[in-house]
Formats: sequence, C-alpha cells, structure tokens
Amino acid sequence: MSEAYVRGAILPPLAPPVSERGVVKWMRENLFSGWLNSVLTVLAVLAVYYIASLCLPWLLHGVWNAGSLGECRSIIATNYGPDAGGACWAVIHARWYQFIFGFYPIEAWWRPILDFALLFVALAPVLFSDNPRKAAIMVGVVSVILVLSLMALVPWWALLLTIALMAGLSFLSYTATSKLLWVAAVYPFLSVWLLWGGSVWGPVMAMAGFGVMVLVYRVISPGLGVIMGTALGFVAACIWWLFLGSLAAAAIQSVVPFGLTYVESDRFGGFLLAFVIGVSSISISLPIGVMLALGRQSNMFLIRTLSVSFIEFVRGVPLITMLFTASLLLQYFLPPGNNFDLILRVVILVTLFSAAYNAEVIRGGLAALPKGQYEAADALGLDYWQAQRLIIMPQALKVSIPGVVSTFIGLFKDTTLVSFVGLLDPLRGVTTIVRADLAWKGIYWEPYIFVAAIFFIACFGMSRYSMYLEGKLKTDHR
Amino acid sequence: MKKSVLLGTLAAAALVAGAAGATTLDDVKARGVLNCGSNTGLTGFGAPDADGNYQGFDVDLCKAIAAAVLGDQSKVKFIPTTGETRFTSLASGEVDLLVRNSTWTFSRDTDLKFDFVAVNYYDGQGFMVKKDLGVSSAKELNGATVCIQTGTTTELNLADFFKSNNITYTPVNVADDADAERQFLAGSCDAYTTDASGLASTRATLPKPDDYVILPEIISKEPLGPVVRHGDNQWGDIVRWTYFALVAAEEKGITKANVEEMATSTQDPEVKRLLGVEGDMGKMLGLDNEWAKRAIAANGNYGEIFEANIGMSTPIKLARGLNALWTQGGLQYTPPFR
Repeated sequence: MSEAYVRGAILPPLAPPVSERGVVKWMRENLFSGWLNSVLTVLAVLAVYYIASLCLPWLLHGVWNAGSLGECRSIIATNYGPDAGGACWAVIHARWYQFIFGFYPIEAWWRPILDFALLFVALAPVLFSDNPRKAAIMVGVVSVILVLSLMALVPWWALLLTIALMAGLSFLSYTATSKLLWVAAVYPFLSVWLLWGGSVWGPVMAMAGFGVMVLVYRVISPGLGVIMGTALGFVAACIWWLFLGSLAAAAIQSVVPFGLTYVESDRFGGFLLAFVIGVSSISISLPIGVMLALGRQSNMFLIRTLSVSFIEFVRGVPLITMLFTASLLLQYFLPPGNNFDLILRVVILVTLFSAAYNAEVIRGGLAALPKGQYEAADALGLDYWQAQRLIIMPQALKVSIPGVVSTFIGLFKDTTLVSFVGLLDPLRGVTTIVRADLAWKGIYWEPYIFVAAIFFIACFGMSRYSMYLEGKLKTDHR
Repeated sequence: MKKSVLLGTLAAAALVAGAAGATTLDDVKARGVLNCGSNTGLTGFGAPDADGNYQGFDVDLCKAIAAAVLGDQSKVKFIPTTGETRFTSLASGEVDLLVRNSTWTFSRDTDLKFDFVAVNYYDGQGFMVKKDLGVSSAKELNGATVCIQTGTTTELNLADFFKSNNITYTPVNVADDADAERQFLAGSCDAYTTDASGLASTRATLPKPDDYVILPEIISKEPLGPVVRHGDNQWGDIVRWTYFALVAAEEKGITKANVEEMATSTQDPEVKRLLGVEGDMGKMLGLDNEWAKRAIAANGNYGEIFEANIGMSTPIKLARGLNALWTQGGLQYTPPFR
C-alpha cells in the first residue's frame, strides 16, 4: 500500500506574494491604503516636486566665491545661462564673521569662543548630573572643537594652555562631574569678564560680595537668628558691591594689574549677542520663575498678590513693548548722560518677561501634583523649603519640562527682536548692515537661510535635550 | 557682577544728575567723544563697513563736527538708531546730535522739541520703472501696481499724488528696501517708489541698471539734515555753522588738500575769518579759532564729501541737483561768515 499523497519532505517556504512584502507592501500600507490616502499621497508628491523644482536649481547654482552680488550674477549667467537664478552664498563667505561676532574685534575672537566652550563645561554637571560618561563626551567634543577653532587665532603657547585646561576639565567631568559645579558657579563672572574684558579684579570682587554675605550670616545668625542673619548679610553684601568692592578692585588693580582689553557693548552683535541675551535670560529666569510660581501659590497675602500682579502684568505686555521700555523709557527715568548699558537693560527686561511665562508653566506642574504629595511631605515633618526641595519641585519640574523648554526656545528666537532698539541681532541688524554695502545690496534669501540654519541647530538641540531628560526622569508606567 | 554694575551705574547716574545743567558742548568736551546718532545701515549715507567702521555722507558730517569740537575726527561714537528709537535717543541725551536722514517737518521741529539746524541733503520721493513699460512720466502710471514700504510718509505722499492727478494705482506692500528690490525685480510691481536717493542706489545694484529709469517727477519734499535738542542754542549753532563752514569751503574752493595752504596764502578776508587767520569767530561759538579749518581738513568740503560717498564717481551716481551750490543752480547756500 502506497500513500501517494503524503509528502515525505517539507517544501521550502515560498516568498510572500509581491504585494505583501518589501517596498510594495510598505507603500500599500503607508501610502495607498485607501482611495483618500492615495489621492493625498499623489498630491503631496506633486507639491514636494513643485517646491523642489523651484528651490533645487537655485540651491544647486549657488556661488561661494565672488566679490559682490553682481559678480555672483555674472558667474551664474555664464555657467547656467542668462535666465538662471542661483544662490549667492559668497555673501556668507565674505561676511560670516559679522553674523557670528558682530563688530567684536578680531584679535579678541578667542574670548567669546572660549567663553562659549566653557558654557558647555559649566552646563555639563547640570545637564548630565548622573551620567559622567555623557558629560565627559560633551566636554571632550567641545574641547576638540574649541582647539580646532582657536588654532588660527592664538599663538602656540596659548593653544597649549587651552589644551591643558580643556584636558583637565574633560578628565574632571568624567571622574567627578559634580566638581564641575564650581565651574558653573564661577562661570557668570568669568563670562562677563571674558566678553567685556577690563580688569579681572572687578568680577573677582563682585564674587567676593557673596563671600561677605556668607561671612556676615555665619557671624550673626547664631546670635540673632536666621532672618536677621540673612537680612544683614544681604545689606553687607550690597554695601560691598556699591562702595567697597570697586575700591578694593581698583586698589588691587593698581598693585597687581591684570586684565583684558575692554570691549564696548556696541561691538557686540550677531549670534554673540543672541547667545549673551538668550543664555543669561534663560539661566536667570528659571529660578525667578520657580520663585514666582511658589509665590503665586503662597498663603501669604502680600507675596501672593505681588506675584500674581507681576505675572499678569508682564504677560499682558508684548515683548517688543518691554524692549522699547528698556531702550527708551528707562532713558527718561534715568538722568541724562548716564551710561547704563543697553545690553544689560535688555537682558534684565527679557529675563523678567520670560520669568513670568516660566512661572505659569511651573505652576501648571505644581497643579498637576496630587494633594497627597503635599500632605505626605507635611506628615513627614518637613518644613516648607524642605518639602519644596525634596518632594514637590522635583516632580513639578519634571512635568513642566516640555513647557519650560518651549519658553526657552521661544525666548532664544525672540532675541532677534532687539534689532528694533538698535542692537545688532543676526537676523535683521547684521543683514541690514551687509545689505548697506553696495556690493551686497539686493541680496535677500541667503542671509536669512544662513541665520535660520544656526537658529535651527540651537533650538533643535534644546528640544532633543528636553526629550532625553523626560525619558531619563520617567519613573511612572503610563 | 550684574547687580554691582546695575547699582553702580545707578549711583553714578545720580552723581551725573547732580552735575546736570551743563551744556551739550561741555558734556561732549568732558566726555572727549561725540555721540552721533546714525543709521543702522543706509547705503552711501551711513553704514558700517566690513570692519565695523561707519562710512557715508551723514557720517562724514559727524566726523567734521567732532574735528571742530574735539580736534580729532576719530573721536566720535556712532550709535545706531532705528526709525522708532531715533528721536527718543536724542531727547533723552543718549546722543548729542542725530544725522540720520531725518526729514525736517513742522511737527518734529515744534511738537517734538527739536531743532533742525541745516539741510545737508534735499531729497524727494520719486518713481523707478522698467524701461520697456514705455512710461516717461509718473502721470502715465494710471492703473499701475506700485511697490511701497508700509507705515512711511512715502505711502501718504503716493496716495496724495495719484489722487490729485485723478489716476489710480494698486499698492503692493513691501517690508523694506531689500524686499522692494526683490519684488520689483520679480515683476510683482510696475513701479517702485521711495526717496530718489534710495532709488538711485537700488538701481545701481540691479542686474541690468540700464533697463530701468527713474521718472522725472519728484512728488514730495524731503529736506534731510542734522537734528539737535531744543533749548541748547550754542550747541545748535556749532552744528549749524560747522555744516555751513563745509559749504562755504566749497564755495571758496577750499579743499581737504589745500586748506593749510589757503590759510597762509589767501587774501580773501572771509576765508581768513573762516580759517581763523583773522578775527575770533571760534571764540564766539565757544570753540577755538581753527575749528572750521579742522572740520574741512577732516574729510574735505561739502562737495568733496558728496562726491566721495554718493556722487557721480561712486556706484550710486547721484547728481548734485538741488544739492548743488546756489551759484550752480542748487539750494546749498550759506549765510556770510562775518
């Protein structure tokens, strides 16, 4: 008896039908899954093609080496025919440094570059507090870029010094990331000194003011209590900053003169200015925003009222009004002939502006916490500040990250508005100056595209970091 | 540091307020630098070059005043002001004078409490069209599309002109000069209207300048000149007469090159008075007697400054026109130095 219909060996598996595998399957599922989607896909492809057909020739005909717009046009005309359009990137090639540094003197370019690199070193312990590997990678990469960009700008001994410094900092960031917090603490003073220059003893004495505050607090608080200690310490520090500090700085400067060439504020421009305003406003406005958010939830009538009125007033006023206040109104309040720096005025008002928005974002985070968290903190016997620091804020800030980062990104982009008060922002200020040169008059898209690209890198970086942070802090299982 | 700067400047400002009441001239001399409100960037008139040094027609007037007052044309700080901030900067004392293509109007002179001390450039609004449009007069622009910067007086002038000639137009709103140039070049509008000096510099940078013409009609008066605050007449006199000295120098043939020679060799009594060889005109202004000599030596006389920045030898190619001396059919006229 033979079993003719029983197969002795398993057949090799056939490939799935064409419509169920590879590109075709993917397209069927994702692009043509129904008649509506098919129509939309075709329309989208047509739209992309149309836009690309407009932009691509223009981009591909780009000219990088030319002395003027007219030269660009003639090069494009000889290469691609008389009617061809093309990008004139030569303007970026010729003037890129104004978009980056404004009129900052070329022999001092190393200062903002070094300052920018140290910014990342100061940020490393804050951004990657529990991940020394990532911190070290960031500091290392920044160090390499720093050394490469300084190569043409500084003599060999300064370069060696920089390499030694950055190698030390990279090592430190891996072995003891939290030690870098000291860099972060010193950074604001160092940064002001590096960017504006002048005697080093001014910033040192300004730092010493905090030392005075702590000293007075230590001496007084055991006898007179914490509140008196804090108040008197603050008063002592103010006296130091107002009178003694500058005298001490001048005295030390006359004995041990050490400083950098002073660079006036009107030499600042381009992305240097955008970063100065953006970074200082962002870093100061977050703590102020936290304070305002807590103040708004406070049970103390005065504090709550003040916080609410500040937040509502500032949020009710457009940023451009604040900038005009900084540039114009303050001039009327202050006596004629004063020299209150315009950049400083703008930084203060932009900071207040973004603090109000941050306060509301963080209040949203606070509101998202269940009441039980507050009660649990009370039940543990924590006082107000302990509860905020250990229980409430870590959770509230975690919830607020996307909103806070959005505020920061918005703030950073809004720094271009300072062109309306005569500062040299990269988008309009520098572009106007470049166009005022007869060689580049009539140039339109190229500067905008260049500036947009740099803004995109900065803002995208912030956005990706906030996503990383959210992922890292995600402790629930939703 | 921030706080110490803030409080320190407030304290310093209070000290300065205590010493208030000093004249602008005293302030400038004490400071050692002239604060000159300038344009953020206008081709030929005032803009920083690739190295950040301000250049231009208006800029050279500031330099001449610095040379007259402080003895050195480099002792001037240019403070860029926008259309919105310029008058407040002047009123608040942030700048000592404004030389920034500002039109002398009634309300600015009276209501805003400024003094326009001279007119260093007589401008006016004009039209530019493509040559193949076949138009030779602005009155033939019936039904045309016109590129116009919004929110400026040019917009109002344009409306008035078309209304009074009983013809119509379609405005195409543009944001600034660069935008206008792009739209005009792309054919979005038949005509572009702005100040004639601006039209000339725009035309100079178009791909084929000869394909475009600037129409003869000038539809508005735009006398541009240096502005100072109301009330400090001495300072106003210094600015006004430094400017007149430059015009008088052109009239008398005194140039940057020959000013020293003229001072020693001239027989003309007015030139002698002007260059401080005779009399003490400088004293009457509160300056020394060689003020005008220094102002002329800085960048030359009015004609030289004009030619070097915006004249026919530059790519902008502006003709002297109304800005020629009165002896050559223009409006530039100086009262006698007596």
